[in-house]
Amino acid sequence: MALNFELVTPEKLLRSEEVHMVVVPGTEGDMGIFARHAPVMTTIRDGNISIYKTAGGEAETIKVEGGFAEVNSKGLTILAEKVVEED
Amino acid sequence: MASLKELKDRIGSVKSTQKITKAKQMVAAAKLRKAQEAAEAARPYAERLESVMTSLASKVSINSDTPKLLAGTGKTQRHLMVVATSDRGLCGAFNTNIVKEAREKADALIAEGKDVTFYLIGKKAKPVVKRFYADAIDHHYDTSDIKNPHYDDAKAISEELVARLEDDKFDVAWLFYSKFKSALVQEPQTQQIIPVPVPEEAEAGSKAAVEYEPDEEEILSELLPRNLSIQIFRALLENAASEQGASMTAMDNATRNAGELIDKLTIEYNRSRQAAITTELVEIISGAEAL
Repeated sequence: MALNFELVTPEKLLRSEEVHMVVVPGTEGDMGIFARHAPVMTTIRDGNISIYKTAGGEAETIKVEGGFAEVNSKGLTILAEKVVEED
Repeated sequence: MASLKELKDRIGSVKSTQKITKAKQMVAAAKLRKAQEAAEAARPYAERLESVMTSLASKVSINSDTPKLLAGTGKTQRHLMVVATSDRGLCGAFNTNIVKEAREKADALIAEGKDVTFYLIGKKAKPVVKRFYADAIDHHYDTSDIKNPHYDDAKAISEELVARLEDDKFDVAWLFYSKFKSALVQEPQTQQIIPVPVPEEAEAGSKAAVEYEPDEEEILSELLPRNLSIQIFRALLENAASEQGASMTAMDNATRNAGELIDKLTIEYNRSRQAAITTELVEIISGAEAL
């Protein structure tokens, strides 16, 4: 069962895909979100979002600064204030 | 009939007008693409935030501690109209339509006995609003230095609005802008931004127990100002795209009209020239015959 994951910034919709697990840097600690997670709303601190496409696979990290995450029956939506491009 | 010289000058003047409108049309077409992309890219965030906002708003119970941005001041007497327009003309009815929408709302509110003040973003609304509601302009936010609307601009505007709300200057705020549909169609919009509109049917309330981290109040106090900035940011972006679209269409029409006018004047010019030549010939021939 895959988790529906969306990452949006004020400038654009960055990701909209099915993933295995996402680790969200919540204000009160990191949270690993799988599919069918209980509904949660949390603010997020500056830090890395880790996206695991498959179970046991390599994580892809995206650095974000501030924002908000919502888990509902449809999946996980992260509204990031800012995404720091790493190049 | 106008003399040949007059016609020639007229054609020249229409031609130079056509050059201007053509240039403006091409500039607008080039800018439109960028503005449209920016507006469309910003839509997902604004829509998602709006849905999060409403679902949160319907779950939180309103009491005296609830932020004013969500609960309002408890009154609906004083209304602030936030009217976003452009700084430049040459874009057809774009600004007129937004101001018309705002005026309709303002007149309806005044008819109900409410107080209305205006907060203007961009230059073009000012003359009209000043004419109809002379003393009601609260503030004019100057955007003439801003080329492409940036999130920070929206943030600055929303901070000013929040400061006014905290100073108890108004109770309800409305936002007017033009939504970009296509280069041909722009729809003026009326949106209530303060307090956040809560859907009547509070269906989500009991459906699922949502966990809040850190807690509801803190999330709300962080989310509400951001929601306001984002709604304004969206309005600015949509406006920028709409302006270019309207400008392109208006200038395309103007260029075509100028072309038609040039054709008409050229025909008239040629006819009078021929008439003059014919008259001269007739004069010469009849002069020769008389000898």
